[in-house]
Amino acid sequence: MHSNKRYLIELCTAAGLIVAPFVLPHLGFAPNTVNRILVWGLFGIGFDILFGFTGLLSFGQSAFYGTGGFVAAWLLTRAGYPDVFSALVIGMVAAAAVGYLVGLIALRRTGIYFAMITVAIAEVFFFVEFNPLSDFTGGENGLPGVPTPSFNLGFTTLHFTTGWSLYQFLAVCYFVGIVIALRIVRSPVGAVLSAIRDNPLRAQAVGHNIHGYKLTAFVIAAAYAGFAGGLLGVMQAFMPPDAFMFDTSGQLVMQTAIGGTGTLFGPLLGAAIWLFLQDFLQSAFHLGAAWKLVLGLVFVILVVFLRKGIIGGIKDLYDLATGAKKKRETTEAEALADFKEPAGSSDIIAPHKREGDRSSGPILQATGLTKRYGGLIANSDINFTVNHGELRGVIGPNGAGKSTFFKMLTCEIPPSSGTILFEGRDITGKSVTDACQLGLTKSYQVNQLFTNLTVRQNLTVAVLADLRGKFKLDMFRDPQSILGLKEQVEQTLHLVRLTNRVDTKVSDLAYGEKRRLEIGLALATRPSLLLLDEPLAGMSPQERVETVKLLKSISKGRTMIVIDHDMDALFELAERVTVLQEGRVLVEGTPEEIKGNAAVQEAYLGGMHEEVH
Amino acid sequence: MINWANFVSQVFNGLALGALLALISSGLTIIYGTLGVLNLAHGAMFMLGGYAGYVAYSYTGSFLVAVLAGSLFVGLVGILMERIIIRHFYSRPHEDQLLVTFGLGIVFVELVRLAFGSQSQLVPAPSVFSGITSLGFMFYPTYRLAVVGIIAVALTALFLVLYRTRIGMIVRAGIEDSMMVDALGINVYRVFMIVFGIGAMAAGFAGIINAPVVSLTPGIGDDILVQTFVVVVIGGVGSFPGAILGGLIAGEIISITSMVNPGYAYVMLFAAMTLVLVLRPYGLLGTRGRE
Repeated sequence: MHSNKRYLIELCTAAGLIVAPFVLPHLGFAPNTVNRILVWGLFGIGFDILFGFTGLLSFGQSAFYGTGGFVAAWLLTRAGYPDVFSALVIGMVAAAAVGYLVGLIALRRTGIYFAMITVAIAEVFFFVEFNPLSDFTGGENGLPGVPTPSFNLGFTTLHFTTGWSLYQFLAVCYFVGIVIALRIVRSPVGAVLSAIRDNPLRAQAVGHNIHGYKLTAFVIAAAYAGFAGGLLGVMQAFMPPDAFMFDTSGQLVMQTAIGGTGTLFGPLLGAAIWLFLQDFLQSAFHLGAAWKLVLGLVFVILVVFLRKGIIGGIKDLYDLATGAKKKRETTEAEALADFKEPAGSSDIIAPHKREGDRSSGPILQATGLTKRYGGLIANSDINFTVNHGELRGVIGPNGAGKSTFFKMLTCEIPPSSGTILFEGRDITGKSVTDACQLGLTKSYQVNQLFTNLTVRQNLTVAVLADLRGKFKLDMFRDPQSILGLKEQVEQTLHLVRLTNRVDTKVSDLAYGEKRRLEIGLALATRPSLLLLDEPLAGMSPQERVETVKLLKSISKGRTMIVIDHDMDALFELAERVTVLQEGRVLVEGTPEEIKGNAAVQEAYLGGMHEEVH
Repeated sequence: MINWANFVSQVFNGLALGALLALISSGLTIIYGTLGVLNLAHGAMFMLGGYAGYVAYSYTGSFLVAVLAGSLFVGLVGILMERIIIRHFYSRPHEDQLLVTFGLGIVFVELVRLAFGSQSQLVPAPSVFSGITSLGFMFYPTYRLAVVGIIAVALTALFLVLYRTRIGMIVRAGIEDSMMVDALGINVYRVFMIVFGIGAMAAGFAGIINAPVVSLTPGIGDDILVQTFVVVVIGGVGSFPGAILGGLIAGEIISITSMVNPGYAYVMLFAAMTLVLVLRPYGLLGTRGRE
């Protein structure tokens, strides 16, 4: 996706913005309409990063639009601040700061809660603007007399006034906005944002501080909104109080959905359609106020039938026409063929050596681990020690508490009592993200993949957590410049035999391939202790044999704990086996000892006995 | 210096507003709890109830008919909305559900604006409840007192339906685990449709009951929707008792703050919501795991 096409989008945008004043008038667009479209488009770029890329639907963007707009307008009209451009920047910074504070509250929850909280917050801003702060904002009169920008270049002064003159200034702002946004979505931060949208749980589990990244997206969106709000005042020579109204947020959401989310250009297209229809319906059909009804209907129909908006629809049509989107299911034979190439010595992914890591003795010590759910005791007083380099198996009948045990070890759920030491450090009560960053992660029993991303993107997200730590704001960095990223992704791809499916979307993979990618995601974080929750579940006998080989090769130089129901496979793999029954450790020993143990036979045969009745 | 008569009358206003919010929020919360859909057109349902009642009143002159017409009409709108559109969104992401209900809300509001114009319409209070009542130490509009009583009856009816009937049992089971209800052989889609109808009806009923208190405008539901969100966040999403408690808290906060300075009513309401989010992220009576 990179290489020679790198700056294609940027160049097309620049060309489009230059050509627009010569073409659009012939299509019936007045210069002021075009300017409004640009302001909405810029406003929407930030919103699209928040909604389209990160998956956070906010109905409260008017709060930041208004904040940025009124701070800039107040500076320019009331405070006697002379320079328009820097006033806009100050407005943007103020909006971003407010966005940070609001984000701290709103991001405490996700999904519909997040949407509801943002609506409520935006309403508060509207009322605050009207009443307590009306001395600053002019209340319902707004702030008239906002000047237009001019730049003194020494030899000449550039004045931007109205119409096509102001268009030049707005077009440059929009262009810079889109260039920055493209950098952000292509950066490592952008990759993590897409992962959060797709599967926040796994993004967290591979070691990303998703709260930090969500807050980042929220602040970015607020900054774009703030700058656009300032431009609104400049464009109209008046800062209207309705910038703060819920309708503003609603219109932004609708325009973005109409144009298409996750494209950065959707809001611009949506705004163009919206404002064009508004003018057109009002003037050509004398619809008066009914234009909003028509636009509302158009919007509902689009949401029902074209879920990815107009740009998404065009893309789908294009794919349909060129046949690019043909699904290809892999047959089992093909999947097995992937295993044909022998694993080279370069295929071993060594664990990431972290400070304080030791190389012998116990790597994991759990003491008195207990988990209660109300009256139900899932795990009771488990003592469990695994040494460096060991490959431990965990078996037990259904309901023995194996998965709960794993969830506690990886810090997905806190134990009711007991402690967990990893590499001598107490990790009890830490987050799953921190556990992963320390080198302890797991592959899930039920696949937890980033299903709308490609195989390579999936592994990149995991590797990024390993190479960059849990939170880093390298928003303008080219991921290709991260040392070792490409190699680590390639190695993992090779190891889990997915080199032929690199650019396939995960949702198009066969089940066995998804299982391997599941292991690959955990492996890509270079854990020193890897937990595998039923890695063989649902595989064909032939696939199982190959996967056992794969697990063996992964275990070189690494400590692993494997849960599985396939006892033959597990006895072949593991050096020691722990048997859980009814939430307790029944027995622990070598595979030979376990096979001969009477209590184990009782546990399994007894279980079967009951099932027969 | 606090004017006590004024204060008490604001407490009563808060109770009336709180009861109203409680009823509307109950509708929103049982729909969300059962169907997993947050209906952003819920404010429009409230507004439609008022207008449907207004139309019925202007033809018959009977407030009772207006109440019946308002509730039944909105219940029907809810059922149609579920059958025609919402049903296709259960398997789509939450964001799509929010977008489509948001769009429908706008369509309803604009349709009403087209039919009735933007100017306000008035439905007078029924003659039984007109005038003012002496509470011994102060006088208070009779209808507002009646509103509290009427809504208490409506909430009790809703409670009885939810907790004492077969369909209510299914709805509550559906809130816990709608897949399981489906697996038990109950036609969960029919239940969803009925729940959507009941939830919408609660808002519509509130809309016509409120019409004599505040005059009708097409945008009347917008503010109510926002307040309902705060109520639901405070009380806990999907919790019927939470909606009632949250409604009463929100009603009192708005009324009592308005007495001091109306401009701060939303600020205080929002502060309360923030406090709840910080101390009890799942709402006062909500449980973990509903997102």
